Amino acid sequence: MKEEETQGQNETGQTRDDVTRRDSFVKLGLGSVAVACCGAAVFGYEFLSPNVLYEASPIANLGKPDRFPPDSVTSDPVAEVYIVHAAEGLYALSAICTHLGCITAWKPDLGIIACPCHGSKFNRLGTRIDGPAPRPLPRLKVWVSDEGDLLVDRSTISTPDQFVRT
Amino acid sequence: MAKALEGYWNDLRDTKVWRSVFRSGSGSSTLHRSLAVQQNVFLHLASVKMRRRSLAFSVTWYLGTLTFATFLILTVSGILLMLYYHPSVPQAYADMKDLQFVVSAGVFLRNLHRWSAHAMVFLVFAHMFKVFYRGAYRPPREFNWVIGVILLLVTLFLSYTGYLLPWDQLAFWAITVGSNIMSAVPIMGAKLRFLMLGGNTVNANALLRFYVLHCVILPLTAVLFIGIHFWRIRKDGGLYSSKSDAGQGETTEAAING
Repeated sequence: MKEEETQGQNETGQTRDDVTRRDSFVKLGLGSVAVACCGAAVFGYEFLSPNVLYEASPIANLGKPDRFPPDSVTSDPVAEVYIVHAAEGLYALSAICTHLGCITAWKPDLGIIACPCHGSKFNRLGTRIDGPAPRPLPRLKVWVSDEGDLLVDRSTISTPDQFVRT
Repeated sequence: MAKALEGYWNDLRDTKVWRSVFRSGSGSSTLHRSLAVQQNVFLHLASVKMRRRSLAFSVTWYLGTLTFATFLILTVSGILLMLYYHPSVPQAYADMKDLQFVVSAGVFLRNLHRWSAHAMVFLVFAHMFKVFYRGAYRPPREFNWVIGVILLLVTLFLSYTGYLLPWDQLAFWAITVGSNIMSAVPIMGAKLRFLMLGGNTVNANALLRFYVLHCVILPLTAVLFIGIHFWRIRKDGGLYSSKSDAGQGETTEAAING
């Protein structure tokens, strides 16, 4: 390599810092391949991410708020949420286990929420009391629509101090 | 009688057509046998000669060969199952049931595919244990061990993607749990899960993606690495055997009669 450079210097009088024509073309070629690879990665990622999803809307209608009697936990297996009527008002808990995504079940005789897959247990606040679940069941945003229906947004997590008063 | 048959056999091997396909021609000298292996696209992956004791049952228990045999069974039965299976939400479960109760020999093919898949996973692990405890992974074969680990992962992914295709409750929850395990990957876990499922839930896109992975991408990957795996056996000095292996001495024999 060094010899080539010195030779080039002798023939054309270039300085040592100059690159040969071959080197510059090799770099140009490798550079364009690298750019093409980056483009293909971005293109591939975009292609594999669907832009339109034919999935259920995250907002579900739970019906009139007076469906839920005071001091009760109601399971809605379609919306995959629990509606809890506490002293402060109504709140919604996700029924999807935070361990690996199974649908939990409300056990009225035990007063707990239990997951059939790996045995996680939660109380009606969503706090984990047993099992491998790493996080409590999240509280979901609930509000009353203009039509007087209770709506839940399953994609938005709310804080424990938010209730719908009835 | 036997002599006459051998004569016909040799005449056949000297015909112009036969020699245009198998160039080594008749004869059973070591050169002929070597050429027969070297010049065959399938056999040339293997060594021309191997130690007789490395072919003894006790050396390998033929676990690698048996694994490959299950892979061939899975390929053939899988292609046949594809003729009746639609990877769509309304049809997948019904097609699986049709294969069991309506299609002639469908239940045989489905069960063959299922049991061969279980057998393949078992044999892959058995093969790995045999290689490990005999020390056959040591240099110069250490890279072939790495290829083997890739093949183990491909086998497990084939198993996992095939698990969703019956589209029953077991399949749905297994993939729900499995894809949530994937989202535990640091930083990009949730993104990976989204890309693998083609959405946020196990749904039509997930079924189609798993089908394509199961029937096209993973089998092609497996074939590629199986090819490298077999070729490396020859390049790394043949099947591993130690002096203590039972066999018939040090004699070498041409592996395939040409």
